[in-house]
Amino acid sequence: MALSKLEQLYRQVIVDHSSHPHHYGDMTDPTQAVELHNPSCGDLIEVQVKLMEDHIQDIRFSGSGCTISRASASMMTDLMKGKTIAEARQLINAFSLMMQGSTPQQEEIFGDAMMLQTVSKFPTRIKCATLAWKALEKALEPA
Amino acid sequence: MKLNAEKIRNDFPILSQSVNDEPLIYLDSAATAQKPLAVLDAVQSYYETSNANVHRGVHTLADRATSQYEAVREKTRAFIHAADSAEVLFTRGATTSLNWVAKSWGEANVKAGDEIVITIMEHHANLIPWQQLAKKTGAALNYIHLTADGQLDMEEAARLITNKTKIVAVTHCSNVLGTINPIKELAQLAHQAGAVIVVDGAQAVPHMPIDVQELDADFYAFSGHKMLAPTGTGVLYGKRALLEQMEPVEFGGEMIDFVYEQDSTWTELPWKFETGTPNIAGTIGLGVAIDYLNEQDRTAIHEHGQLLLQRLWPQLQQIEGLTIYGPQDIAQRTGVISFNLDGLHPHDVATALDMEGIAVRAGHHCAQPLMRELDVPATVRASFYLYNTPEEVDRFVASLQAVKEFFANGFI
Repeated sequence: MALSKLEQLYRQVIVDHSSHPHHYGDMTDPTQAVELHNPSCGDLIEVQVKLMEDHIQDIRFSGSGCTISRASASMMTDLMKGKTIAEARQLINAFSLMMQGSTPQQEEIFGDAMMLQTVSKFPTRIKCATLAWKALEKALEPA
Repeated sequence: MKLNAEKIRNDFPILSQSVNDEPLIYLDSAATAQKPLAVLDAVQSYYETSNANVHRGVHTLADRATSQYEAVREKTRAFIHAADSAEVLFTRGATTSLNWVAKSWGEANVKAGDEIVITIMEHHANLIPWQQLAKKTGAALNYIHLTADGQLDMEEAARLITNKTKIVAVTHCSNVLGTINPIKELAQLAHQAGAVIVVDGAQAVPHMPIDVQELDADFYAFSGHKMLAPTGTGVLYGKRALLEQMEPVEFGGEMIDFVYEQDSTWTELPWKFETGTPNIAGTIGLGVAIDYLNEQDRTAIHEHGQLLLQRLWPQLQQIEGLTIYGPQDIAQRTGVISFNLDGLHPHDVATALDMEGIAVRAGHHCAQPLMRELDVPATVRASFYLYNTPEEVDRFVASLQAVKEFFANGFI
């Protein structure tokens, strides 16, 4: 049956992140917060960060979204906590390339988010996976 | 007359393909309908035999193109039962049609303190033009809400439409809920209050016979692409007396009478609104789409949609955790059904159905205020048309069951 293909997209790790997202909910004292909207489906994700000098001391997200967008946001927060701004920007860039279909040189840098590579084979869902990453990219823009 | 969907399908080459290794089931006709061969052939043949600019040349091809193009205007007039073909303006689609009314009639007739009444179930195309008009003029924009059964609250409509109301803008059929609205009754309320009624017919014209005079609509807008015609075609019907008073929205070639260095005059209806070279090939395709729909009989098309819904409805009700939005009375609907499965995001459901070869729409359907009213971020929408079969309905239900089970326990 054709649904077997779905298993490539909805891997257990992805579904776990979506049902029990990490770093979900508001932060009390963010230094930056960016809300982004996926205009095609109405999903909304807010990413909050607490920047300390040149690194991300804390990061959280909230909002409503599909399995892919929630899982991706959750995986991203795991990955970004403690990274420097420069490292975070590099990861965002590399993730964007991976979503466009290129294979990353060092898969291990992505942690759980590596599981999202299959999203690149579902073109209509790439926007779901990149929403949180785009919000973080905005949050890291110099004021 | 009963539709023979199996036979009709032969006219739509796109439907006989596999998607993700499954036979395609196209349930997204409310977004855009597929095109029959006759329409595709007409477009091709126009370019092969008659291509020329309309209303300009004296040569034979120009005359041929012009008469083919203008013949569609008369065909369209008959199709919606307008009194006069000069009341049929060709546009790029319903969105353009509605914007023209807001921009031309609206800006000339609405002022601060006036009121515009629309409904909470409007597509953004029949919402934002009025919102912009209200902002520009200082008029109030008021909304008719829904009854518990997803129909327009006509008591609220009667309260809201007052002698301050200048415009009542309402969709004939909801693109999300499928609700068929009582246009005649709303037109009466509008006219008693001295207002005009603007009807968005994009979801109605493909499915049922339309008589703009019987409805007493002042303006009636629709798109070609939802009724088997090419994209980029559309119609604005307006009562002649109103169109006569209105200024064109765009200016340029074709719509002029005399042009001087400092001033110009406009040509007569309907051409004073139609500036620039129009979508000639698409409009000729629209004419063939009208022939096709007339041949099938639009009452039969509506009844076919009803039959499919009657088959679908009880099966959907047996799926636990499935919520259907809009009227529970199928007779109040076109072939459109929006729903959600408990705990599943519409996007995930739509991707899963796509793997089964089934094309549905997931999202807010360009109706964000309605989504807020229903208190959901988005829905899944399946929309049926004349080429869908009862077997497709059954396969759709079986796939929905499989999708639900997959997300409940099918993960690796």
